[in-house]
Amino acid sequence: MIEKPEDIARQPQQAAGQKLEGQGAQGSELAIDLRGVSKAFGPVQANKNIFMSVKRNSIHGIVGENGAGKSTLMSILYGFYHADAGEIFVNGAKVQIKDSSHALELGIGMVHQHFMLVDNFTVLENIILGAEGGFLLAKSLKAARDEMERLAKDYGLEVDPDALVEDLSVGQQQRVEILKALYRGAEVLIMDEPTGVLTPTEADHLFKIFEQLRAQGKTIILITHKLREIMAITDSVSVMRRGEIVTTLETSKTSPDNLAELMVGRRVEMDAQKTRGNPAKKVLEVKNLSMTDELGVPRVKNVSFDVRAGEIVGIAGVAGNGQSQLLEVISGMDEPLLGEIWINGSRVEFEGSRTAAHVRHLGLAHVPEDRLKTGLVAQFEEWENSILGYSEEPKYGPGQILSLRAAREEADRRIEKFDIRPPNCRLKTANFSGGNQQKIVLAREMDRELDILVVGQPTRGVDIGAIEFIHKQIVAMRDAGKAVLLVSVELDEIRALSDRVLVMFDGKIVTELSPDASEREFGLSMAGVDPHEDADTDTSGANPDLKEGAQ
Amino acid sequence: MSTHKPLPRWVDIALMPALNVALAFVVGGLAVAAVGEDPFRAMQVLIFGAFGYGEGWGFTLHFATSFVFTGLAVAVAYHAGLFNIGGEGQAYVAGLGAIMVALWLDQTHWVFVLVGSTFAAMTFGAIWAMIPGYLQAKRGSHIVITTIMFNFIASAFMSYMLAQVITRPGANAETETIAETGRLPLMSDFLPVFTFSPLNITFFIGILSLIFVYVLIWHTKLGYQIRTLGANPEAARYAGISAVAIIIIVMAISGALAGLMAVNEAVGVQKRLGVGYVQGFGFVGIAVAFMGRAHPIGIALAALLFGALYQGGQELAFVMPSVSSDLVVVIQALVILFTGAMSEMFKPVLLRLFNRASGEPETVGD
Amino acid sequence: MNFFSDVILMLDSSIRLAVPILLACLAGLYSERSGIVDIGLEGKMLGAAFAAAAIAAVTGSAWLGLLAAIFVSSGMAMIHAIASINMRGNQIISGVALNFLALGATVFVGHSWFKRGGSTPNLGTDARFSPIELPFAEQLGGIPIVGEIYEQLISGHNLIVYVAFLAVPVTAWVLFRTRFGLRLRAVGENPTALDTAGISVTKLRYQALIIGGILCGLAGAYLSTGQGASFSDNMTAGRGFIALAALIFAKWRPVPALWTCLLFGVLSAAQIRLQGVEFPLIGEVPVQAIQALPYILTVVLLAGFIGRSVAPKAVGQPYIKER
Repeated sequence: MIEKPEDIARQPQQAAGQKLEGQGAQGSELAIDLRGVSKAFGPVQANKNIFMSVKRNSIHGIVGENGAGKSTLMSILYGFYHADAGEIFVNGAKVQIKDSSHALELGIGMVHQHFMLVDNFTVLENIILGAEGGFLLAKSLKAARDEMERLAKDYGLEVDPDALVEDLSVGQQQRVEILKALYRGAEVLIMDEPTGVLTPTEADHLFKIFEQLRAQGKTIILITHKLREIMAITDSVSVMRRGEIVTTLETSKTSPDNLAELMVGRRVEMDAQKTRGNPAKKVLEVKNLSMTDELGVPRVKNVSFDVRAGEIVGIAGVAGNGQSQLLEVISGMDEPLLGEIWINGSRVEFEGSRTAAHVRHLGLAHVPEDRLKTGLVAQFEEWENSILGYSEEPKYGPGQILSLRAAREEADRRIEKFDIRPPNCRLKTANFSGGNQQKIVLAREMDRELDILVVGQPTRGVDIGAIEFIHKQIVAMRDAGKAVLLVSVELDEIRALSDRVLVMFDGKIVTELSPDASEREFGLSMAGVDPHEDADTDTSGANPDLKEGAQ
Repeated sequence: MSTHKPLPRWVDIALMPALNVALAFVVGGLAVAAVGEDPFRAMQVLIFGAFGYGEGWGFTLHFATSFVFTGLAVAVAYHAGLFNIGGEGQAYVAGLGAIMVALWLDQTHWVFVLVGSTFAAMTFGAIWAMIPGYLQAKRGSHIVITTIMFNFIASAFMSYMLAQVITRPGANAETETIAETGRLPLMSDFLPVFTFSPLNITFFIGILSLIFVYVLIWHTKLGYQIRTLGANPEAARYAGISAVAIIIIVMAISGALAGLMAVNEAVGVQKRLGVGYVQGFGFVGIAVAFMGRAHPIGIALAALLFGALYQGGQELAFVMPSVSSDLVVVIQALVILFTGAMSEMFKPVLLRLFNRASGEPETVGD
Repeated sequence: MNFFSDVILMLDSSIRLAVPILLACLAGLYSERSGIVDIGLEGKMLGAAFAAAAIAAVTGSAWLGLLAAIFVSSGMAMIHAIASINMRGNQIISGVALNFLALGATVFVGHSWFKRGGSTPNLGTDARFSPIELPFAEQLGGIPIVGEIYEQLISGHNLIVYVAFLAVPVTAWVLFRTRFGLRLRAVGENPTALDTAGISVTKLRYQALIIGGILCGLAGAYLSTGQGASFSDNMTAGRGFIALAALIFAKWRPVPALWTCLLFGVLSAAQIRLQGVEFPLIGEVPVQAIQALPYILTVVLLAGFIGRSVAPKAVGQPYIKER
């Protein structure tokens, strides 16, 4: 960053992050320079006054937890969103990035977390799509083929140009995405969580490609939450937290411990007036559970744990490490590949779409992660959502008859008990605020006979007042002798509520921690490193994916 | 994304559909004007033809009865998120069951004919609709395409049956006529005001069907599950509702309802089954269901409107020779287009209007 | 050679019957490849058939008739575009509405215009597309088999027939060899991929629907001013839906579409010829069974009992740019 006085004046607290740029700041040396970029979505400030510069011919990492604003920032750079304020300089020249094609013209390419490929196209077709160069394809295909050969040689990006994308492995598809960007002349390559979907070997290969790209003069911005990757491959790193850049450092001058602490930060202690739980008998047992998603990618890998009555077990981890899938299997919405689930001593039989009802019947209540997508029907009236999943119970009417009166009376009772506002069970659910919608789900799942409460992201998108209320309710469940399994990407929440914490990474449970464990321990284990093991030997253990990349 | 304050409920469920239907009539009126007739006079003729005298009323209600059946068929499936375009074929095949039973029982008493043919019509219609339902639920074939194909298969099957199997010797592809003893009573038997209109006892089955669907959708657990599946399949999965079972059951109910048209039209009026007896009424059900917002009250009103259009349209064609009764089909098309595919056409305007009227600032939501 | 000329005759009528289906099928191909379901093929064809016959009757020119057909059909395609692209409405409902619109409007307008109960007056030779004798047809006709096929089967069709058959390789070429085709195929599969590459999804879909409108216009004009000599009520008689079936059968590919449409053409030609014919073992095959065969085959195919026909992935879903 060029240290113009007005920059500093506008951004005094940023000074700490500027020591790196202070050294050799010439406009031409910086591939990307963001000055005071801000972006809000409604009331949510996704990016707050971001100052970040990336030197040409380097690999710059951006780390941060979910929702720290990494992806939004990069989407601004790629022209997908427009910043509300701030300036963007590319190669020293101030630019207004209109859209993605403009970003590409400026030499900025992006590889999204979800690939933007046409599955039934060949690799070549995907590469030229949108950059065909002429009305007839033959010429552009020929040119692309030659260019691919060259790129393959220069960067080790070998992919069969005539293969269909749907037949390629995820790692190869990612190479196609990189090729796409390079074919369009990208000098700066933004990689959004590139290893999230890769096997360790594929990840190794990717990092070799990164090094070759750097050697050939390209600049790479690597968005990740995996600290090992940052340590292994980047030259410099920016840490983001809650929409802000906390600091920018030279990678060689930092350590995973340091980064973990910066990333998680020391936050206001969440106070749920918590007492210790009184663990009694096991009511939920998960044994050697594995599952794959519809694409055949393993999401949960041989997970075993149990939850006792009277305790809250938290599952911590960065989003996308298999927690969602674990929740779906436990609640009967999806079937496991292997393994068993026992509820109250009886084994769950997986019998297709009715399993979720069966699991409820066994005494497990489930608050899903995404209330609007899964837990509610937005166009239903409030009372209708109050019986979702339980409509067949006799208390809502004999046989097939649905007693609206019984359902509405119960809904009214719950509205009062859970302080749902506005207190009107005839109101369309979509017209409630996020916090009140969440309370509708919680009320439905908690206000009944149950033994196990499984809760996913209980306070996502919920205002502060409701957060406190919801936390109290969860603790009250525990104190009433129920077993609670809590999944959240909010570490504060996990630590504030849980009696013990399991940390998930890459589909596996890396370790069990006490909620009072240190920031360092949480940061490391969420990045896939078991903090109980020696940092030098663990690469061969839980997370071998960086063995070679780390050199 | 910033959104406005939501529209009042009555605007959503009443005003917007009314505006859409009104627009369809405005365009229809322009068409009348374009052929050199006075649209207001045409409207007058149409309304008189439909409601001006007893026989007109009788015809209007008779048509409306058929439209209630086919409209409910579309609506019930729509609540489960399924678009059943196959009402035409289902009603056609149902005619086969209805007429076979009616001809079998026609020497007994009309009550047996009514009960027997109602049951047979529902069964045949249900089976014809369940097959596409099964294929959608189990094999993933798109129900819209399959039901379209089943309309044509029904048409071929029925013309074979009528020409070769249950045909009346010497006739051109139609069945025997139901004997006098087994004929369903006409309304005019009790209420002479309906004179020569075909309105018959099936009208009451229509009323019962409306009540049945209302109860089914909003007062039973099955209905609740149907609506859940239709509104949010992911939530249905969460709730442990079996999509396969619901889809097949819903299609069976839908087909049975469409099938009831056979009792009204084939058994009740024509007293025999001829080729193409459905006359596109299965498709009118689509317009009726969309206009009626898939709610029995709306469907009753929409069916009445279309009944009036069909009856009044014939009167209109008689009085104004340059206006053909196909104007009704045009209006039907426009109703489907405006209330079905472009239903939110007026929403931006209304939102602006109501937000300005209420004077509240825009709220921002997520 | 009696059998041989019988076969030629039957194939000849198969071709004539296949042409409107083929054109409509290709129209559907452009539309659905772009991600827009096209149930309205039937209606566009019907509207076009009426426009062609009416304008040809009034002006005496088959060409002006064709122009009118294309205009009407494309206009209907634009209604579909506004409903499904701009208003993000339900594409199936919009298509259904278009079918009824054509069904009603053609007769309504025809009735008041020509006073013939919805039909148009019979067209003279000039107002129709008349058969084109290909070069040397007469001379070559003497050569057994090859020459006869040339003279009786290949030569002697009207212009639209040749255009229809030419449209197949052209479509294949456009789809697989040009930039437009590449983008068209992409937008029906993954519109987001195209959008992130900076290409307008809306514009592409509009273009696809216009092409579909033109092709349906040709199909309609063929029915009323090529094959027939006037318009009559509902003269498409479900051909648009057969075309839809053919499109599914051909797995949204142009060359298989040709074969499927020819097969369906043969089936409908056979209906007429097989009436009352006794087959060994099975006896007489009901005409209706052959009539229903294309639809039954489509259902069976869709259910995955014989291979799989998978529609373009994004078909039927309005494209909403993510926040």
